[in-house]
Amino acid sequence: MTEDATITTQHIVDQLGSAFPQAGIEPVAAKDPMVRVKPEHLVEVATYLRDQAGLDYLSHVTGIDYSDRIEVLYYLYSMKRHLGPLALRVSLSRENPQVPSLVSLWSGADWQEREVYDLLGVVFTAHPNLKRILLWDGFPGYPLRKDFQGEPEPPFRHSY
Amino acid sequence: MLKTDTIVVNMGPQHPSTHGVFRMVVTLDGERVVNVDPVVGYLHRGVEKLAERGTYLQFMPLTDRNDYICAMNNNLGYAVAVEKLAGIAVPERAEYIRVIMAELGRIVNHLILVGFLLNDLGAFFTPVLYCLREREKILDLFEMASGSRMTCNYMRFGGVAADLPEEFLPRARKLVASFPAFIDELEALLSTNEILVARTRGVGVLPADAAINGSITGPMLRASGVRYDIRRVEPYSIYDRFDFQVPALEHGDSYDRYMLRILEMRQSVRILEQALAQIPAGEIQTRLPKAFRPAPGEAYARTESPKGELGYYVVSDGSGNPYRIKIRPPSFINISILSQMSVGWKVADLITILGSIDIILGEVDR
Amino acid sequence: MWDLVYDLFPKISQALNAFLRGFLPGWGADLAVIVLVVTVLLLGLAALFMVQTWLERKVIGRMQDRFGPNRVGPLGMLQPVADGIKMFTKEDVTPLRADRLAYNLGPILIIVPAMAVYAVIPFGKGMVGADVNIGVLYLVAISSLATIALLAAGWGSNNKYSLLGGLRAAAQIVSYEVPMVLSMLTAVMLAGSMSMVKIVEAQGGLFGLGWYIFFVPIGPIAFLIYFTCGVAEVNRAPFDIPEAESEIVAGFHTEYSGMKFALFMMGEYIQAFAVSAIAVTLFLGGWQGPVLPPYVWFGLKTFSLWFVLMWLRGTLPRLRVDQLMAFAWKFLLPVSLANIFLTGIGISIVQILTK
Repeated sequence: MTEDATITTQHIVDQLGSAFPQAGIEPVAAKDPMVRVKPEHLVEVATYLRDQAGLDYLSHVTGIDYSDRIEVLYYLYSMKRHLGPLALRVSLSRENPQVPSLVSLWSGADWQEREVYDLLGVVFTAHPNLKRILLWDGFPGYPLRKDFQGEPEPPFRHSY
Repeated sequence: MLKTDTIVVNMGPQHPSTHGVFRMVVTLDGERVVNVDPVVGYLHRGVEKLAERGTYLQFMPLTDRNDYICAMNNNLGYAVAVEKLAGIAVPERAEYIRVIMAELGRIVNHLILVGFLLNDLGAFFTPVLYCLREREKILDLFEMASGSRMTCNYMRFGGVAADLPEEFLPRARKLVASFPAFIDELEALLSTNEILVARTRGVGVLPADAAINGSITGPMLRASGVRYDIRRVEPYSIYDRFDFQVPALEHGDSYDRYMLRILEMRQSVRILEQALAQIPAGEIQTRLPKAFRPAPGEAYARTESPKGELGYYVVSDGSGNPYRIKIRPPSFINISILSQMSVGWKVADLITILGSIDIILGEVDR
Repeated sequence: MWDLVYDLFPKISQALNAFLRGFLPGWGADLAVIVLVVTVLLLGLAALFMVQTWLERKVIGRMQDRFGPNRVGPLGMLQPVADGIKMFTKEDVTPLRADRLAYNLGPILIIVPAMAVYAVIPFGKGMVGADVNIGVLYLVAISSLATIALLAAGWGSNNKYSLLGGLRAAAQIVSYEVPMVLSMLTAVMLAGSMSMVKIVEAQGGLFGLGWYIFFVPIGPIAFLIYFTCGVAEVNRAPFDIPEAESEIVAGFHTEYSGMKFALFMMGEYIQAFAVSAIAVTLFLGGWQGPVLPPYVWFGLKTFSLWFVLMWLRGTLPRLRVDQLMAFAWKFLLPVSLANIFLTGIGISIVQILTK
């Protein structure tokens, strides 16, 4: 069953390249089927995957700081057809990481994108409510970045 | 010329029913909920950052503290992910022990959920204490095996930390044999109770497509009618060897979410019966080099934790410390749909809906 | 000797009166006895509250498969004393910007009607504070005063949970008052009197077993409606919506601490006991019963009903506000009206037959 799923996701990957020639689709060698997409084309590729390929479930949104770039991963599965995973990756610059939000496609992306923004500073454009979620407003820096330094000032001054 | 106004009630972070330090900014029109704005992060410890500072194994105890109700399942999820990353095989006996622990953990989690859901509904601690009584017996088993009742830290990459003590299996078999009778008793007390049915039937309905779109997983998803269980769809460990059903219900209301937990406990008992009968003798741990350094690479492995899809995305740069560990927390994502589900219901229903979602703040805030 | 035991308390009071008349004028002796009786009654109610809390914790503990209090004194019996000391020594906090008058009035207003109810309840033969000929009316009037206390507390606390609790309490008590009074009417109609003493005496047939609850079907229906409404009236599970812990923290008494909080608890427990006592008086024959002395019968019956209240609390989850209201207006009210109708028909038939 797992093998069948891999074949089918492989099939989807092959189709993606021809469907979006200008989206920079490029398979990534990894343990799970994974393709790299240009951030500008993320939304259309994701829409295609959700509606045409039936990958209706966004498992998680993960941001990783690779010191020279920040990457955001989207793991997609199909709940109806028990397919997957197929991961989308976008590479972003560390100075100005910006990627379109997928909240309009998956409401489950809402809090996850906020978390990635909170901890890595990736700006999800067109996100309806892009605020810090785990840390407090005004927290200096983004803790999951590799160059994040040490303890910030405590948010509340002790009165004792 | 009567002018009415809405009031904003700040429920939490200290509130009896927010299951920890969860906060809801609730706008009320009388008793009716107009808007819910969940606020999380009060228990944020930066677990993912802490992971980068220690070795791979040093992160194992931290997984206990994410979902501290069922630490075993968290251990399992992390161990499976690292094993996928480094390509480690797990001995047969260890796999059985893992399944036994994971299913016991699932029962513990569902017992807590059912008990505290009833507390949220206003029962004065009776159901929850019955559930806690049974939970204690399972925690005793955990203590026998791992030395700790809640934060077990029991799984290791390629096995488990220690073999089961001699008296573990007989006691576990006895417990499992007596468990269906307890579920029957609990159901006799609760499942047909008119007040419970009136309070939960049709309340907080989550349609299947909204659940899929909102990345909802676990019992919540199955209560909405989507038969999707990672143990069945993408079997990890040795779940493909056991004969069990994946229950699913159709309404997606709070009652179904309650009922699904009961049904899942029965299935867990079924798995446990088989696992306890089949468990072989043998090794419990694959030998690993003293300095554990997986080859550079990335792996995502997901398991069916009692609350939903628990995944770990592990990135290795070839050193002894993980480069990045991302936790895909089921309850953090499940809770994000709360406001969508509870608008329009009464305050009392909001509490019920929150209770039936099953959150644990250690995992939501990490 | 048996006579003495049977009428113990009236005999004591008579003997005391006779003794005091030895050196006091007649009115002075009467007054002294009245003051003494009232004092004993009030102290007795305070002691009753302690017994109630201990009993409830113990019984619910057993129901929940645990011991309940067992550290202070034998069987934990001194636990209420320890609780009392704790309550007295706690800091009495008034929230900032509370409506001080309403805030401070709340606990007083709740305790007064709770205790005043006991004035007309006959605890035994000849053991009644005041045999008012409109006893039932008095009960209804007095016990609904608690609404004002709860509203005052809810509003005065300057807390949203309290406000919600106070409003819930007002709505609930006012709604349940109606079917409650209608169900009480059944007993009044059967006895042909509003005096509590007369109602009890009218249930004395069949060797003290002519209780109205045995008047099938009207008696049991009226009793159940009364008891249900009574539970709702005193905000106990499954109708504890005004102080629903899991929803609005503690409702109207969220902001109270120390002795004020204890007064709220005391008011509620004494009221709950009063509900049992009134149910016993109106439907379970009051102190009537064979063989045992009247006050023993009364105590037995009342504590049995109190046990039922604890049992409900230990078992049932809570209803929702709208369901609660719907239950009162759509179910209890029509049923109690129909019951009055039935009672009237029954009484007429009996009158025609016996003419």
